[in-house]
Amino acid sequence: MLKKTFSVLVLIALLSIAFTSNFAATPRPVQAQGVSELTIWWAEWDPANYLQQIGNEYEAETGIKVTVVQEPWASYYNKVGAEWAVQGDSFDMVVGDSQWVGQAVEAGHYVDLTAFLNDNGITETVTPATLQYYGEYPQGSGTYYAYPTEGDANGWAYRKDLFEDPDNMAAFEAEYGYPLAIPETWEQLRDIAKFFTRPDDGLYGVGIYTQVDYDAITMGFENIMFSYGADWKDADNNVLGVINSPEAVAALELYGELYDYAPPGTDNAFFAEMNNVFINGQAAMIMNYFAFFPSLDNPDINPYRDSTGYFAMPAGPTGERFAALGGQGISVNSYISDERKQASLDFIKWFAAPEVQARWAAVGGYTCNIEVLESEAFLTQTPYNAAFAQTMTFVKDFWNIPQFGLLLEPAQRYLHAYVVGGEGTAQEALDGMAFEMDEILIAEGVISE
Amino acid sequence: MSSYSQPTRRRHLGDKRLIQMFIIPTVVLLILMNVFPLIYSLYLSFTEYSAINPTPPEWVGLDNYKKVLSDNLYWHNFAVTGRYALISVSLQMIVGFGLAMLLKEKFKGSGLLTTLILVPMMLSPAVVGAFWKNIFNPSFGIFDQFLGYSDPNTAPEWLGDPDLALWAVVIVDVWMWSPFVMLLSLAGLSAIPDYLYEAAAIDRASAWFQFRRITLPQVMPLLLIAVLFRTIEAFKQFDLVMGLTGGGPSLLQGTQAVNVTETVSVKLFRLAMPPQAQTGLSSAMAYVVLVIIIAISNLYIRALNKVREG
Repeated sequence: MLKKTFSVLVLIALLSIAFTSNFAATPRPVQAQGVSELTIWWAEWDPANYLQQIGNEYEAETGIKVTVVQEPWASYYNKVGAEWAVQGDSFDMVVGDSQWVGQAVEAGHYVDLTAFLNDNGITETVTPATLQYYGEYPQGSGTYYAYPTEGDANGWAYRKDLFEDPDNMAAFEAEYGYPLAIPETWEQLRDIAKFFTRPDDGLYGVGIYTQVDYDAITMGFENIMFSYGADWKDADNNVLGVINSPEAVAALELYGELYDYAPPGTDNAFFAEMNNVFINGQAAMIMNYFAFFPSLDNPDINPYRDSTGYFAMPAGPTGERFAALGGQGISVNSYISDERKQASLDFIKWFAAPEVQARWAAVGGYTCNIEVLESEAFLTQTPYNAAFAQTMTFVKDFWNIPQFGLLLEPAQRYLHAYVVGGEGTAQEALDGMAFEMDEILIAEGVISE
Repeated sequence: MSSYSQPTRRRHLGDKRLIQMFIIPTVVLLILMNVFPLIYSLYLSFTEYSAINPTPPEWVGLDNYKKVLSDNLYWHNFAVTGRYALISVSLQMIVGFGLAMLLKEKFKGSGLLTTLILVPMMLSPAVVGAFWKNIFNPSFGIFDQFLGYSDPNTAPEWLGDPDLALWAVVIVDVWMWSPFVMLLSLAGLSAIPDYLYEAAAIDRASAWFQFRRITLPQVMPLLLIAVLFRTIEAFKQFDLVMGLTGGGPSLLQGTQAVNVTETVSVKLFRLAMPPQAQTGLSSAMAYVVLVIIIAISNLYIRALNKVREG
C-alpha cells in the first residue's frame, strides 16, 4: 500500500514540476487598468540610487511608480541570469553590462529597440560609441537592444599636490628631460609612476586593476592594448596573430611594468582597492571607472580631495587613445506583457529626453547624451566630468558575443599569470591566451578551423 | 450530531494511515528538493545546455565527462582541491586534537576559553574571508607584522604570491575549523572511563603508552567522524577561496596559465553561473565531484567501522 502511494506521489510531484515550469514561463496577465508600477533591476551602487531619484520624478509626473531593485555587483549577473533561465518577469527593465548584449540578444531576453529608438530620434541624442557598445548587436548592424544609460569608462585620478610640488617638478625634469605634468603617453605615465615609487615613504607610483575574479585585469590591460594598436580580434574574429601581436606584447610588458610601481597588496585589486590606496596616500595615480570617482570628491572620504585631479587615458605610440568601456544600457525584458513593454518604452522615452538627461547628470548619473555632455554646466559640475566627456569619445570594449564569458576566462588567467604571477614572458602569456581563445572560438563555431 | 462524529473518525485512523500522514510530506519534499534536481542534473550532464539560453538541452553523450576528465585545467582544479584538503584537514586534526588535550582538564576559566576558541567556526566564511584579506595585506595587515616583517616591501604577499596563496587559505581554514575538531575530540576524551587510566597507572604504563593504547583508540571514532566531515567540506571549499583570493593568483606552468587556489567548487561556480553558464558541463563536473566525495566517504566509513569493531 505504502509503495503504491509512494509511486503515485512521485508521479504527482514530477507532473507538478513539469506543469509549474511551464506556468513559470507564462507572462503575467495583462492588467486591464494599465500599468501602475515598473521594476528596474540594476547593481547595488550609487548610480542605481540616482536612477531611483529620477524614477521618483517619473512617478510624480505620471503616477507610475518606478522601483529600482539593487543587487550587489558580485551576484548581479547571477541573479539576472537566473531570471533569464526561467524566462521570468520579475523585472520590466534591466540595466545590463555592455558585454551581456550578445548573450541576451541571441537568447531572446531583450526586446529589439531599433524602431523605437530611431522613430523617436533617440539614436542621434547619444554619442555613437556608447550606442554602439551598450546597445548595438551585432556590431555594425544598426540593430539596438539598449538605451545607453550609465556611460562609464576607465580614467585616472592623480595627486596634484605631488605633481605640482616644485621639488618634484625639478627632480622629474632633471631625470626624464621633460616637465612633470599629466601624462600624454603611456610611456610618460610609466616614467611618472616610477618617479613617485618611494617605498621608504610608503608612496607608490600607480594603482592598476589586477583582480582575477571577473574582468578587472582584462579591462585594465585593454586600455593600453587598444592604444598600442592591438585588438582582441581582427575583422573575421581571428585571434591568432592578433591578440599575441608585437603591439599587444609591448602593451602587456608595459602593464606588467606598471605593476612593479603599485602598492604592495594590490595583487587582486579592483575599484574598491584602487580608491583605498589613493585615499590612504599610497598611490600617486590610480586607474578606475569614472563611476567610482564621486567618492574621491568627498572630503569625508578622501583627505586629498582638494588636491585630487583627473585625466583621461594617455595615447599609445601612434597617438591613438582608447579607454576600456564600463557602464550599462537599459533594456526591456522580452518576457513581460505587451502593456508592460509599452510602459517600459514610455519610461525610456521620457528618460532619454535632454532635460531629463540633464537632471540625470545633475543628480550624479553619467549621461551619454551628446548635448548634456558638451554643456558647460556638465563639464564644470565635478572635477572629473571634463575627463569623462573626453573619454566617452574614444571608448572600446571587450568581445560582446554570447561566448564572451568563455573568452574572458583565459584572458583573466593569462594576464594575471604574467602581471602578478610574474612567470614567463608577455609573449608566452599572450601566445597561450590566443591559443585557448582560438580553440574556444572554433569549438563554438564562431570561426572555422 | 456533527460535533460527535469527528472524534469517532479519528479513532478509526489506522496506524498505516498515520504513518503515511507523517512520511508523505517528507517524501514529497525530498523528491521536489533533492531527488528531482539530482536526476535532472544527471540528465543535463549528458547534454550541451545553458540555463540562460532558451535552446533545449542537446544530447552529447559522454562528451562533458570526457572534457572534465581529459582537460589539464580541470585536473589542476582537482589537484588543488586534493592538496588543499589533505594539508588543511591534517592540520585541523593536529591543532584541534592538541587543543582538546590541553583543555580536557578543567581549570579556572577553561569554559570561557573553550567558548572563545569556538567563535571562529560560528562566523560566516564570507566575513572571515573579508577580514583575513585585510589581515594578510602586506601594507597594513597584522599577519606579516606578527611574523616580524615591518617593511611591507619585503613582507610576503600571502594572497598574491603563487607559492603562498594556497597556504594562506589553509591557514584561515585551520583557524576557522580546528575548534570543530577540538569540540568532537573533547567529547571523546570526556567519555573515556577513568578506570582505564587508573589500571594503566597501576601497571606503571608511561604517559605515551596511555596515550597510544587508551586515549587515541577511544577518541579515534570521533576523530574519524571529524575527518569525514572536514574532508567533505574541504572538497566543497568555495566561500573562503572566493573571499581571499578569488581562485588566484594565476601562474604560467609551461605554456598554460593556471589559477593556483581555484578549487573544484570555484571552478564549478564559474562554469555554472553567468557569464559562462555552461550548465551541461558544470553538471558533469558536479557529478565527478559527487562520485569522489562518495568514494572518500565510503573509505572513511569503512575505517570507522573497523575501529568500532576492533
